[in-house]
Amino acid sequence: MFEAPLLAAAGLIIIGLFAVLFKTNLIKIAIGVTLIESGVNLFLITTGYRKGAVAPIYTLAPEGQQMVLPTPQALTLTAIVIGFATTALLLSLAVALYKHHGTLDARKIRRLRG
Amino acid sequence: MTEHTPALIVLVPLVSALLLPILALVSKVLARGWTLVALLGTHAGSVSTLIYVLANGRWHYYLGGWAPPWGIEYVLDPLGAGMATLVSFLALLVAFYSGPYLKDAAPLKTGSFYALFLLVTAGLLGMVVTGDVFNLFVFLEISALATYGLVAMGGHRATVAAFRYLIVGTIGATFYLLGIGYLYAVTGTLNMADLAERIMPLLNSQAVVVAVALILAGFGIKMALFPLHGWLPDTYAYAPAPVTTFISAVMGKVAIYVLYRVFYFILGGTGPVLPALTVLGWAGAVGILAGSLMAIAQRDFWRMLAYSSIAQMGYIAVGLSLGNMMGITGALLHILNHAVVKGGLFMVAGGVFWRTGIRDIPSFIQMSRRMPMSMAVFVAAALSMIGIPPTVGFFSKWYLVLASIEASAWPFVIVIVVSSLLNAVYFFRIIENSYLRFRTAEEDEVAVGGTELPATMLVPMVVLGVAVFMLGVLSGEVVTNIISFALPWGTQ
Repeated sequence: MFEAPLLAAAGLIIIGLFAVLFKTNLIKIAIGVTLIESGVNLFLITTGYRKGAVAPIYTLAPEGQQMVLPTPQALTLTAIVIGFATTALLLSLAVALYKHHGTLDARKIRRLRG
Repeated sequence: MTEHTPALIVLVPLVSALLLPILALVSKVLARGWTLVALLGTHAGSVSTLIYVLANGRWHYYLGGWAPPWGIEYVLDPLGAGMATLVSFLALLVAFYSGPYLKDAAPLKTGSFYALFLLVTAGLLGMVVTGDVFNLFVFLEISALATYGLVAMGGHRATVAAFRYLIVGTIGATFYLLGIGYLYAVTGTLNMADLAERIMPLLNSQAVVVAVALILAGFGIKMALFPLHGWLPDTYAYAPAPVTTFISAVMGKVAIYVLYRVFYFILGGTGPVLPALTVLGWAGAVGILAGSLMAIAQRDFWRMLAYSSIAQMGYIAVGLSLGNMMGITGALLHILNHAVVKGGLFMVAGGVFWRTGIRDIPSFIQMSRRMPMSMAVFVAAALSMIGIPPTVGFFSKWYLVLASIEASAWPFVIVIVVSSLLNAVYFFRIIENSYLRFRTAEEDEVAVGGTELPATMLVPMVVLGVAVFMLGVLSGEVVTNIISFALPWGTQ
């Protein structure tokens, strides 16, 4: 079942986009953004997957054993860290908005603004 | 030292930024001085690199001594070094300009402002010098995250705008990441030069088609290409003036630089790139008209400039999509033109707002007598936006019109000519208000007086105002000596 992780990645991205487009609660929008990021990370890690291969630690691998690709893992790790920073900033902006407007509803905040 | 210049122009602002919040607690003057020195050094490095690259050809720099495709490579060609020079020059001017803006700010806020500003600069410079598509994503996120923070510094409305920009921008960056994921899956490499070689036989495979679509969507959001521009007006209108100045001048330009780099240098401008370029061109053309019409409808000066930015990005998109030599030359010249002009315009808008609190266009009556120098810069920039010789705006539009004629793209010719008239309409409104209309006698007494901006704000504005004419007069030299080496056919 090589397609299963790809389907899961596509599902995560679609659920995330749905949340961002149609939810009005700022926290739920933030969750949507992290879901999209998780979907992309899952996709990246899948590109390096080889059936039956071990983790790419050169000194630990037995002779002749296939290893999974290390580059996508490095990419994913970096993308996770960037995603962490993004989520932290999103939530801190949401807190700032909540403190000022007293609500997390994007529609109400937009109305108060005008 | 000099052999590490490509790394230093990114590392100097990046590392300087980390110290700034502490320095600002000691002394705000020290923090400002530190920022200016760092940016001056960065700019000197960029200029020397550009001169070196123009004389000696491409400069490959292996970060940490690891050769590609294993290590990350910085590649400086006339295009990358030219963009780095433009970005660092505007960063220096804007840092200089933002001094009076932060005079009353708390030390921590001053420190954070300059730190984030240096991070944006470092990110943008990294994007233009890197030769690795994933490294580009990292720098994209460094500059973007710092920008969201800077935008949010503009108060409550700006926080709402920053939240929206953050969501839209992150989705754009994620699309790009997904796109390079596809490219990696089929080629197994992330190095641009390596990618360009390996992708040629695979150009028409489905994965590459998907990757091109995703990268176009991702950077279409980042450059505010017409239907994806929703985040831009609020962000530009509510962010602090120096931030708006900097992001309107260079951020969108770096985004379209990436599209240019990926479409022409990596994918060779053929295969699935051709439909993508058609989409880019038409979206740009519709954006030119829609942006100009929306600009006319605005009462708020900042918002008008924001919509005009959407239109101006359309010109660059149209130039790139034509794909002939004239079109790309025009697009690159327009990148230069719009960076200088829109930087100058937002500096004037920010200065007027800072001094008088005025942002709506009808209140600009007699502004020319209150702030003669600022409004003179405004007129210079407005002439370039409309495209009146000898400003640089005339020459970039001239190239774009010629390129459209050469490609028999008549709709684009009409769009460019019509939008020049629309530009004239919305800029002339302000010129009329500030120069030709008069107040009643008692209003006049209150309004007229020595209210010109301090020299720290005025000098960068005047530099940009003069540059509009200088670049116009010297546009022939700029094109033959720099831009002709930045074309995809010139560097191979």
